[in-house]
Amino acid sequence: MSWFTKAISSSLGKKFVMASTGLFLIIFLLGHVSGNLLLFKDDGGQAYNFYAEFMTTSPIVQVLRILTAASFILHIIYSILLTRINRKARPVEYKVTKPGANTEWPARNMGILGTIIFVFLVIHLRTFLYEMKFGDVAYVDYGDLGRVKDLYTLVASTFSIWWYSILYIVMMVFLAFHLWHGFKSAFQTLGMKHRKYTPAIEKAGYAFAIIVPAVFAAMPIFFLIKSLG
Amino acid sequence: MNLTLDIWRQKNTDTKGAFKTYAISNISEDMSFLEMLDVLNEQLVEKGEDPVHFDHDCREGICGSCNLFINGRAHGPNIKTAACQLHMRSFSDGDNITIEPWRASAFPVIKDLVVNRGAFDRIIQAGGYVSVNTGGVPDANEIPISKVKADQAFDSATCIACGACVAACKNASAMLFVSAKVSQLALLPQGQVERKTRVERMVAQMDAEGFGACTNTGACSIECPVGISQDNIARMNREYYSAKAKSDNLE
Repeated sequence: MSWFTKAISSSLGKKFVMASTGLFLIIFLLGHVSGNLLLFKDDGGQAYNFYAEFMTTSPIVQVLRILTAASFILHIIYSILLTRINRKARPVEYKVTKPGANTEWPARNMGILGTIIFVFLVIHLRTFLYEMKFGDVAYVDYGDLGRVKDLYTLVASTFSIWWYSILYIVMMVFLAFHLWHGFKSAFQTLGMKHRKYTPAIEKAGYAFAIIVPAVFAAMPIFFLIKSLG
Repeated sequence: MNLTLDIWRQKNTDTKGAFKTYAISNISEDMSFLEMLDVLNEQLVEKGEDPVHFDHDCREGICGSCNLFINGRAHGPNIKTAACQLHMRSFSDGDNITIEPWRASAFPVIKDLVVNRGAFDRIIQAGGYVSVNTGGVPDANEIPISKVKADQAFDSATCIACGACVAACKNASAMLFVSAKVSQLALLPQGQVERKTRVERMVAQMDAEGFGACTNTGACSIECPVGISQDNIARMNREYYSAKAKSDNLE
C-alpha cells in the first residue's frame, strides 16, 4: 500500500473521510434548501421550474451533483467500515450501562439516524429526481421565456398526499438529530478546535440543525395546507 | 449498609466468565469502594472461596490501576474520581451494585475484574517518548516555554492511563489516552524532533491493538478521573493529518 492508502485506511483517515464528506453534504443541504425556497414564491411555480431546469442542465451543477453523490456514497461506505471496527473493539457488552450519564442521544445513534436518512434519500430521489430525469413530467410553456418541465406541479401534487407529507416532516426530525451531532463533530474530527471559534461553531451547528430541517419541513406543510384550502 | 454485589467472575483469559451475586452487610459509609471489596474478600477467604481479583496499587487516584466498571459507569457514579477514591457514602443501604471489568477486545480479562492493559504500554513504546542523548543536567528555564503551553502540556500529562476512556466509549476507542500522550509531547519544545513520526506510529499501534474509532460522544472526558479534555483528540487529529501530509515517512 502507498503511504496515502495507508493513511486513509487508518482509523483517523476513515474519520477524515467521514468528516469532510459530511461537511460537503452540509454545504449541499444549504444550497438545496435555499434553492427550494422558490417553491414559496407566488408565481404558480414559474421561478421554481426554471431553477429546476437550470439544476438539471447546467454543467457546473452536474459536476457538483457528482461530488454530492460521491460524498453520500463515501459517507455511507466509511460509516459501515468504521462501525465494523467499533463493533469488533468490544466483543463482550456490559451488563449495565448508563449512556445518558455521559453522552447525548444523537451522538450515540448516528448510525441509526443515518440509515433512516438513507432510506428517505432513496424514496426522495425516486419521487423527484428520477421523475424529472426519466419520468414523464409534463412540460409547461412560458411563451418567450421557454418551455420547461413542470416539476412544481409534481411537488405540489406529491405533498398534497397527507401521509407523504407527514413522512417528509418526520424524516426532517431525524435529519435534525443527525446534524445536531454531525455539524460540530465534523469540526472536532478535522482538528478544528479553538477556544475562540469552537463555541461559535457549536452554536452555528445547533442553529443549522434546527433551521434547515424546519425550512425543508415547511415545504410539505405549505403544499398540504394549500391543497386543503 | 447492606448491599448486594453482582460481580463478574472469570477464572482466566481462556475460560468463559459469569456474574456471581454476593450479599455483604455492615459496610461503613466511610469505607472506600476498594475497602468494601477487601471486606468481601476476607469473608470469601474465610469460607475457603477464591477471592475476587481486582487491580489496585496506590489507592489515592494516581496510579490508574483500579479499573472497575461500577453500575454502568467507569470508576463508578462520581466524576473526576478513580474507583479507589470512591466512597461507600455514594451508595445507599440496600443498593444493588454491578461490578464489571473494562470491556474491550484490546483489554483481555486476566482474571475476574483484572484486565491486561499491555496495549497501552505498546502504544507508548511505539512513540510516546523523547529520545535524548545523556549529558550534563540542563539549566532550569534554559528552554523558553510559554505558561499557556506548559499548562496545556501538564494537563495532558496528568493522564494516568487507567483506561476509563476505553471502558466508557461506546466504540472502546483509545483516542483520549493516545491523544493525551501525543499532545503532552507535541506541545513542548523537547517533543519537536520526533513530533511527526510519534503521532504516526502511536496511531498505527492504536489501530493494530484493535481499539475502536471516535464518534465524538465525549463520554471519555466525562468518565476520565483526571478530566482529560476533548481538545486533546482534536489536537491529535491535527497532528496526525499534518504529519501524514508532510512527514518524510513513506510507511
